[in-house]
Amino acid sequence: MHYTFHWETAFKAMPQLLWGAATTLEIAALSMIFGIALAIMLALFAQSQNPVLKAIHVTWVEIARNTPALFQVYMVYFGLGSLGLRLDSFPSLVAGVTFNNAGYLAEAFRGGLHAIPETQVRAARSLGMTAPQVFISIVLPQLFRIVFYPITNQIVWAILMTSLGVVVGLTDDLMGVTQQLNVVTFRTFEYFTIAAVLYYLLAKSVTVTARLMAGRLFRY
Amino acid sequence: MLHMSFGANDLIFMLKGAGVTLAITFWSVAFGTLLGLCFGVVRSEGPWYLSAPLGFFLDIFRSVPLLIQFVLFNAANSMFATNLPVFAIACVVLAIYTASYCTEIVRAGILAVPQTTRRAARSLGLSYSQDLTDIVFPIALKVVLPNWISLTLGVMKDTSLVLWIGITELLRASQTIVTRTQEPLLVLAIAGAIYFAMSFPVGRLGMWLEKKWAAQ
Repeated sequence: MHYTFHWETAFKAMPQLLWGAATTLEIAALSMIFGIALAIMLALFAQSQNPVLKAIHVTWVEIARNTPALFQVYMVYFGLGSLGLRLDSFPSLVAGVTFNNAGYLAEAFRGGLHAIPETQVRAARSLGMTAPQVFISIVLPQLFRIVFYPITNQIVWAILMTSLGVVVGLTDDLMGVTQQLNVVTFRTFEYFTIAAVLYYLLAKSVTVTARLMAGRLFRY
Repeated sequence: MLHMSFGANDLIFMLKGAGVTLAITFWSVAFGTLLGLCFGVVRSEGPWYLSAPLGFFLDIFRSVPLLIQFVLFNAANSMFATNLPVFAIACVVLAIYTASYCTEIVRAGILAVPQTTRRAARSLGLSYSQDLTDIVFPIALKVVLPNWISLTLGVMKDTSLVLWIGITELLRASQTIVTRTQEPLLVLAIAGAIYFAMSFPVGRLGMWLEKKWAAQ
């Protein structure tokens, strides 16, 4: 093997890489917040009697689940551009990952809504609560417990999916920063190994935090 | 003005790309499943000093973006001068990635077989390997197959990432055409439809099997 590793050079770029990791977390967090909101909306659409809302739910979920995430990001970045809606790579990536998150989580939420007995809703209504009150204080807390594990999984997925930003030219997330350094220095293996370790730590910290939280939240 | 829009040749080019997508999927799922089956048995049946390190090792491939795995293997290929073609690198990376998920699917399937059933088999005089192949595998298959189908579809969708190491599969082929025709929405919609056509029927088959077997 005629290759000399230059780990010192690579480690000097650590501050930049850590800032990249912060941006990665930011994108993942944004896409999860929007994704969860949209997933709840889609799950409610699935329950409604309106055929248009039902069709929106089915189309969204099937496209999100049956096409690659990279295709979805491309569609936002290149596809919407030709409709006159030109988005930068950052919002494109957030929108693409949000679309994917919502599609996958919608199914989890739908299953969760099914698991909550109809009788509880009726009991709450007859006690005088309004429909939104019932949804917020009776349904959502129980729903959250059911979808907690799928959400945790999806957060890890979202973090890994943010790496696709580099393909549409994003330069300031962890993958983008690493690629910029790689282009300048050609120390591909060193930089991407550090990036891989950082991604691993991000993913693991989510899993561990979720496990600790579950222990406290779901004691009863 | 030179008018060049989407034509029949472009569609053939995209279908060839879809062929590459399917070829990569086939090889990586074939080898990945074989590896996953062996690892899954070790994970559920083997001693803890084999099972735990293997679990940790495979978890790495599920916690690092696939894109980085491709880049690292590609870089390692040049460093060690192994000179594998990129197609082989794509298949190797995806096969390990498939194995890392398949292992957990197989493990869950084996653990779903009741201990009492296995003890009954052993009491009837079946050897350990007979118990595994004639009792555990057939029962576990019902738990494993639906998950395995969705894993296969997941890998098929993840092959789109190999465009980053320079393989012209379906998505890269579409991108090439977009650069020329400047009709991203149309071309990408066709690419999406092809992905959908490859994934949706198989996905439905998996859901149907799951429902059918759940009823039994």
